[in-house]
Amino acid sequence: MTKKRPDQLLAQYRVMRLIRSVENSLVKLFADGEVPGFIHLSVGQEAIAAGVVTALDERDSIATTHRGHGHVLARGIDVDLFFMELMGKQGGICGGRGGSMHVADMDLGILGANGIVGAGIPIALGSALAHSVRKTGGVAVAFFGDGAMAEGVIHESLNMAALWKLPLLFVCENNGWSEFSPTSRQFAAQLGSLAGAFGIPHLLVDGNDVEAVSAAARDLIAQARTDGPRVLECKTHRVRGHFEGDPQKYRPQEDAGIGAEIDPLKKAEQALVARGVSARVIAGIVADAEARVAAAIEKGRADAQPDFERALSDVYTANAAGG
Amino acid sequence: MAEMRYMQAISQALSDSMRDDGSVIVLGEDIAAAGGSFKATRGLLELYGPDRVRDTPISESSIASAAVGAAMSGLKPVVEIMFMDFITLAMDALVNQAAKARFMFGGRSSVPMVLRTPHGGGLNAGPQHSQCLEAWLAHVPGLKVVCPSNAQDAYSLLRAAIADPDPVVFVENKALYARKSEVDTAASGVIGQAAIARAGRDLTIVTYGATVHVSLAAAQELAREQIEAEVIDLRSIQPWDEACVLASVARTHRLVVVHEAVQSFGVGAEVAARVAEHGFDELDAPIVRVGAPFMPVAFATSLERRYMVDVADVVAAARKTLA
Repeated sequence: MTKKRPDQLLAQYRVMRLIRSVENSLVKLFADGEVPGFIHLSVGQEAIAAGVVTALDERDSIATTHRGHGHVLARGIDVDLFFMELMGKQGGICGGRGGSMHVADMDLGILGANGIVGAGIPIALGSALAHSVRKTGGVAVAFFGDGAMAEGVIHESLNMAALWKLPLLFVCENNGWSEFSPTSRQFAAQLGSLAGAFGIPHLLVDGNDVEAVSAAARDLIAQARTDGPRVLECKTHRVRGHFEGDPQKYRPQEDAGIGAEIDPLKKAEQALVARGVSARVIAGIVADAEARVAAAIEKGRADAQPDFERALSDVYTANAAGG
Repeated sequence: MAEMRYMQAISQALSDSMRDDGSVIVLGEDIAAAGGSFKATRGLLELYGPDRVRDTPISESSIASAAVGAAMSGLKPVVEIMFMDFITLAMDALVNQAAKARFMFGGRSSVPMVLRTPHGGGLNAGPQHSQCLEAWLAHVPGLKVVCPSNAQDAYSLLRAAIADPDPVVFVENKALYARKSEVDTAASGVIGQAAIARAGRDLTIVTYGATVHVSLAAAQELAREQIEAEVIDLRSIQPWDEACVLASVARTHRLVVVHEAVQSFGVGAEVAARVAEHGFDELDAPIVRVGAPFMPVAFATSLERRYMVDVADVVAAARKTLA
């Protein structure tokens, strides 16, 4: 599938670099109190977002998780509005009402990050049902972590997607951790055998290799458009804690951090260099991402606090206030 | 105008909505081929086909969440949950997803879904097939909760619910399904507007659902003693027609609130509190609530009969306010 030309990889690398820059900036913004609440970073998992989302087209939709920054950035969410949202400002993509766990943009087919583990899966199922009934030709993608495999809705959704042959790609970001516990202590099965039980084809790839993710995603998405659901499991690594500020006392020291051998960005850089892309071009991409993020942070800082009355007026569509 | 059973009014409203709007789909357990466990969806499969009239597996959680995702992706799904007791399994979809989407995503999107479900006892259906849980849902900002007492409102309000851009829980009463009345399919329903089911000068009885009929029977009994009770059918409990209730209390100066649901922490508590806050000066007697005792619905006929609100309970409450 993958041609050994650098164009596609360069595009994916740009996406990964943007995600990494955003997440790294959030480490500091959170520590400095500029981003309040709970944030869950996807450092180390960028290849999955970049590899899967760049394989989608405009018709498609995604539902993601509490660790969803990468997916929405890859889908093209406005970076300024993203930062305003995380900083709790009026101009945020959700008007400062959702925060990190609820970034969404229906115009881009982003049906939301989600604060409830596994909850995005049946929402993506419903979106796939809409694609099917409306004959849009679109595919829905359900991103979830390995912790969500223990939630009931994934079992229900695999079943329904298979029964109805829905255009749905399940994407598991398997980082080995179910919040604060190793998934080996939380889930007795394997995703491949679970998918197999419903007759759904499953592929397991190195989730830190964006080209492997992308090749698998392109195949599975093409299949899902016409032949029904597919499962893509991406083995990856959670570099940060479950949430920022997580002391991770439950985790062996050697498991945290990110070595060059598993860093999806380092891997992509090596592949780019091997294909003749110069270090200068790569440095330029890094600088662009850093500048984009820095500009967005400044806009976020300058933006106003959200207006309470406006928030109150959006509980229902106009003139239907309850209480 | 045509005489219809309440259940026929439901299926007529579904059918007419599906005829007028190709984005309306109906899904639920045994609703297509079997026509629904209370036959409220009978005939729809033949008219609109299996794509839009869809039997689901017994997976309430994912059915309801799929409706959320489908609603975010261009459909107007109407989900049936076979018994209201089973919404416990669909609460994440309703409470965390559907109810909050509009607000949480910055007011830029809505979830135009309807969840239909029957509540109510009197059928020896036991503790898990008889409950009236609407107060739970009325407590959640972002949801609308409708509860019609007759075929006309069942028709008009279901059409209004399907046309509504926000999520509506449409609560039907099992004991009312077979009840017949005239239905004008040209009449439009307004969610949040109460009806004066019977005019009267001596006291106001506020109720909804099946106890509208219990209250009307009680009013007839009271009329024999020249006591004229005004009976207000709320029809919608979120939003509810506070103005109608306050205006009535300003005429009668006495208030009884009646519902089939458990009295404690019920809809009646909210109505009573609101009248105490905003209509206290109009009251000539303490407000009296009539609801089920604080216990689960029991199976045996004798137990259930004693549990259910009846005409004598309402008459006694009315006398208490007049004493």
